[in-house]
Amino acid sequence: MGKIFRFHNDVDTDQIIASQYLLFPTIEEMKSHTFESLDPAFPEKVRPGDFVVAGENFGCGSSREQAPSVLKALGVEAVVAKSFARIFYRNAINIGLPVIVCRELYDEVEDGQEMTLDMQAGTVTAGGKAYACTRLPEKMQEILNQGGLIASLNREGE
Amino acid sequence: MGMTIAEKIIAAAAGVPEAHAGEIHTVELDRMMSNDGTTHLTIDMYNQKLKHPRIADVSKLVWIVDHNVPADSVKTAASQKKMRDFAREHGIAFWEGKGVCHQIMMEHYVRPGELIFGADSHTCAYGALGAFGTGVGCTDYLYAMVTGKSWLMVPETLRFHLTGRLREGVYARDVILTIIGRIGANGANYKAMEFVGEGLKSLTLGDRIAICNLCVEAGAKTALMEVDSVALEYLKARGREPKALYASDPDAVFAAEYTVDLGEIEPIVAKPHFVDNVVPAREAYGVKIDEAFLGSCNNGRLEDLRVGAALLKGRKVAPHVRFLVVPASQEVYRDAMEEGLLDVFMEAGAIVMNANCSVCWGSCQGVIGDGEVLISTGTRNFKGRAGSPSGQVYLASAATVTASAIAGEITTADRLSGGAL
Repeated sequence: MGKIFRFHNDVDTDQIIASQYLLFPTIEEMKSHTFESLDPAFPEKVRPGDFVVAGENFGCGSSREQAPSVLKALGVEAVVAKSFARIFYRNAINIGLPVIVCRELYDEVEDGQEMTLDMQAGTVTAGGKAYACTRLPEKMQEILNQGGLIASLNREGE
Repeated sequence: MGMTIAEKIIAAAAGVPEAHAGEIHTVELDRMMSNDGTTHLTIDMYNQKLKHPRIADVSKLVWIVDHNVPADSVKTAASQKKMRDFAREHGIAFWEGKGVCHQIMMEHYVRPGELIFGADSHTCAYGALGAFGTGVGCTDYLYAMVTGKSWLMVPETLRFHLTGRLREGVYARDVILTIIGRIGANGANYKAMEFVGEGLKSLTLGDRIAICNLCVEAGAKTALMEVDSVALEYLKARGREPKALYASDPDAVFAAEYTVDLGEIEPIVAKPHFVDNVVPAREAYGVKIDEAFLGSCNNGRLEDLRVGAALLKGRKVAPHVRFLVVPASQEVYRDAMEEGLLDVFMEAGAIVMNANCSVCWGSCQGVIGDGEVLISTGTRNFKGRAGSPSGQVYLASAATVTASAIAGEITTADRLSGGAL
């Protein structure tokens, strides 16, 4: 069970983590600036297990992997959106942050509402209603199951 | 079954006779570019997370410090030092302060038919030379660096037939902004954008780079153009040969096809805060500006500086407007210097800066303050992209940006009076 932080359509990666923080030495030093231009209090409010829910084209723009990385570092359980921009989607899976396409959820939930995610069943539940999610392509599910691309690479070498 | 250019490049990189949209293939990469935006994190993962750290083929790596150069803070300096030291230790080709990464790649590396990963979203620019360039994050980059390989889903292709010729005062940047406005910021998500036709032949290589470079703003995985004599001459002048030349087969399958008459394009601006928020420039006339930026991997080449200098000759930058001129590479800088363009800019009151990403990425030089308005030839106008989140960024061509710098408000070149002409 986690709380929903609801964002709009076309949230670009500059909104998730702005350019001026990207060359900070570590993700830990960047994460307190997550969503700074949209909701500066987000890093303080979000708790491990919470969810980011958004509309279309989440994560568009820059290829900066810092975007999914700061969300993961803050404990975001998953991002659930109507659709994702390609590079963000791939980056998130690569670092082991679940990104889930669910067409209906966004229009029916509010900021602050509670929700649960069942990765095995491929469903999210909010407001007493279960929503079916689009399954990841098999290749990406494998990477996610192994904990990300580097974990997967380390196993390849064995 | 016929193949598109994207399908042919992936098939060759995968070592299979055919590849088609929707398939996933393991591919061998020709080159991997990374810049100071993320490389420090790649190195940390290399050192801390890999069980067996190794580099498959160091000759394929190119590392470029271009985003915050020279360093703007102690933290940036530390991250860039990490990159510099690692490159030196491992013998990785390393460029610093020589220009924006994509311009360096076009000038020195990219060959038609190659499959290139760049840890930067605008890597799709390489399609101007018929190469499949695609942006990746640092984990994908690290995997590719260690194994020499990656996996790719073969993209569907949107094909754009360019017809006609650009009218005077209209530029390639107006073309791609028009197209992005038409298909939307996710109109090409997961797809390749392919450009062909008689209209393409009339465009310079710089024009072509400007078009391909911005395709990621429609979500595209890559952009590709048919290679012709213009592209081949550019390569030849730089002593490079194509790896392979591809055109889509007549029976290739496209997700959609569009015809774009270049003669119908007019000067465009993209209004805050999205690249697809485009209107004819005339609809933005009169918006007061605080800063103008002529530069970036999109529009900082010699031809763009020539356009700007021709307008500025005999004129002045408006009082209280900062006009930043940032050549995309040192090669461009020196050519512009030899042609006397930099004198024109300085005489008119512009600030000429070293080749780098500058305010296009909004983290070092030229950031705008609260509520300020910037008109830019940069790649993006997202909220906060150029500094303050309350700032407003308009995107336009080199001509419209320069004309606006002179007028102190958004205008187009045809509305300027006076000057050297």
